[in-house]
Amino acid sequence: MRLNAGAVCAGGGSYVNKTGHWRTFIPRVDTDKCNGCGICYTYCPDSSIEIVEKTAQIDYDYCKGCGVCAHECPREAIAMEEERK
Amino acid sequence: MITAELFAIAAFADGKYSQAFPYFGGERRGAPVQAFVRIDDRPIRLRSKIYNPDYVILQDPSLIGIVDVLQGLGEDGMILVNSELLPEEIGLDTKARVVTFPATKIALETLGVPITNTAIMGAFSALTGEITIDALKPAIEEKFTGELGEKNLLAATTAYERVRASL
Amino acid sequence: MGKKAVIEGSMAIAIAVKQARPHVISAYPITPQTHIMEFLADFVANGELKTEYLRVDSEFSAASVAQGAVAAGSRAYTASASQGLLLMTEVLYNVAGMRLPMVLTGVNRSVGTPVNIQPDHQDTVLFRDTGMIQLYVEDAQEAYDAHVQAFRIAEDRDVLLPVLVCVDGWTISHTFEPVEVEEQEKIDAFLPPYKPLYHLDPKKPYTFGSISIDKDLMEFRYLHEEAIQGAKAKIEAIAREFEKTFGRYYGGLTQSYKTEDADIVFVAMGSIIGTLKEAVDELRAQGKKVGVLKVRSYRPFPVEEIRAALANAKVACVIDRAISIGFGAGPLTIDTQAALYGPNAPQVLPFYAGLGGKDVELKHVAEMVAKAEKAAAGEAVSAEPEYVNINWNLVS
Ligand code: SF4
Ligand code: SF4
Repeated sequence: MRLNAGAVCAGGGSYVNKTGHWRTFIPRVDTDKCNGCGICYTYCPDSSIEIVEKTAQIDYDYCKGCGVCAHECPREAIAMEEERK
Repeated sequence: MITAELFAIAAFADGKYSQAFPYFGGERRGAPVQAFVRIDDRPIRLRSKIYNPDYVILQDPSLIGIVDVLQGLGEDGMILVNSELLPEEIGLDTKARVVTFPATKIALETLGVPITNTAIMGAFSALTGEITIDALKPAIEEKFTGELGEKNLLAATTAYERVRASL
Repeated sequence: MGKKAVIEGSMAIAIAVKQARPHVISAYPITPQTHIMEFLADFVANGELKTEYLRVDSEFSAASVAQGAVAAGSRAYTASASQGLLLMTEVLYNVAGMRLPMVLTGVNRSVGTPVNIQPDHQDTVLFRDTGMIQLYVEDAQEAYDAHVQAFRIAEDRDVLLPVLVCVDGWTISHTFEPVEVEEQEKIDAFLPPYKPLYHLDPKKPYTFGSISIDKDLMEFRYLHEEAIQGAKAKIEAIAREFEKTFGRYYGGLTQSYKTEDADIVFVAMGSIIGTLKEAVDELRAQGKKVGVLKVRSYRPFPVEEIRAALANAKVACVIDRAISIGFGAGPLTIDTQAALYGPNAPQVLPFYAGLGGKDVELKHVAEMVAKAEKAAAGEAVSAEPEYVNINWNLVS
């Protein structure tokens, strides 16, 4: 397969590359504490958080377990747990 | 540089080839500058400065004694100086032909400002015939529009007529 | 028929750019490039040119804006000189690597320090290894013609590379001389609108210049080299098509002037070519067999054309308007020597001329020829580069 000139590639590369298997720790949202403020959503470097019905929802296919969301959540609604696979 | 540019345009209007270029060493506005013109019957390819001019036009006579305005000018050459003095009064020691012409005076009469380009060109045309007064018209019209063009044309033709009358 | 008039070189370039109908022009001034951008601004102001004319805060931004514009699928133009071009360097590597067909003018000016606003090629030869195409022109007419051709070359689907058109500052940019300007319709027919292969579009997203690690970086370089080598035939073909359309041909990759039977051939780039052609005619009138090989395309470098043009020459006098400090020869000499390497190659005599605007007169050309004649006659002459018209008082 000949490479595209200019290293041009079609969009959507980050859908194909599922980064979920990189995790060692997994973020768990305490839905009682979470008020859906969206701060975690803003900070997540892999865009793996969505706010659904005023609650943070994590897409574990892409969440790489970095822990930024847990660190930034003002309500301490996210806890990082060791993931056993 | 505007004089040089107008000469090049006029020479082209006369059916000749021409080239006009400035020499800039990094001066600011108002500093003395040199500009060069070549006129030929065939395309001009040479790009060096001109060291042995056939003609020198000195727009600012105060440069005499500061800059060697006669440099490279041969005995057959001519220097045209913007001055109200007589040629023997301006202190140029040369075997070349020295001509003085009060271009600033003509410019003030016709344009109202001491910008001498077009007046000196009219005088040069009358003196040398290297460019015709007819060719100066389209050159001036190309460079200056409207009233400014008319005034500059008047400056050139006035200068031309005065020199013709004195010859 | 086009219209022939005495205009400034910068105006000739500005008109060519206007007639190319760029969607985007990014402008940051630097002497002696400024006139081009001022003329283009005038065209926009008086309605002659409809384009997005962006005044940016630096040359880095100028190049970046044009880069983004081309990536978005538009035709874009910018220009600079000297230190300004150098500030674009980082961006221009990306433009070339992303294979974006931008056209830019390098109005050749020496590079500081010392500060100098006069012409030499020190600024543009720096871009030798960026993967951009570089064309050098000899007068205002060729500057006009080459800019029209540059868009065609750059946007050719088999090329897709930026083209840097190198125009000697002052000697061309600020000189008034006769230039034939073609009709817009004919330019439109010669240069159809740009149709990008890929372009940025939120509806159909692409990544330009995506990451490429050890597994394929070298492969991208291979493709880049393949494209610029392939551009050789395109540069020639487009120059010939231009000739057929407009009746002027300034050479493709090179242009030979009286080289066929010449014992001594000058190899040079840019505005000095005019002076050399004039000198060659004078020297030929004295019975000296001298010719000029104009290197029009510095990248891609015309290896085969140089070999062919110099096949029968005894001596090649290579004139560099730039210096590779620390090597002992200029970039054009180094490349020419490499191109000629092998048996039966003519002897190469390197000359530095016109550095920082140092004037080159007919007498200096005659001096170079005198040295070359000795070499051609079998006399031993120094192969060290000679500094033409140097003032020895200032260095001894
Ligand atoms: S930052 Fe905390 S409270 Fe805010 S949405 Fe995220 S998990 Fe919920
Ligand atoms: S752990 Fe990191 S990657 Fe996973 S959701 Fe939180 S911020 Fe995003």
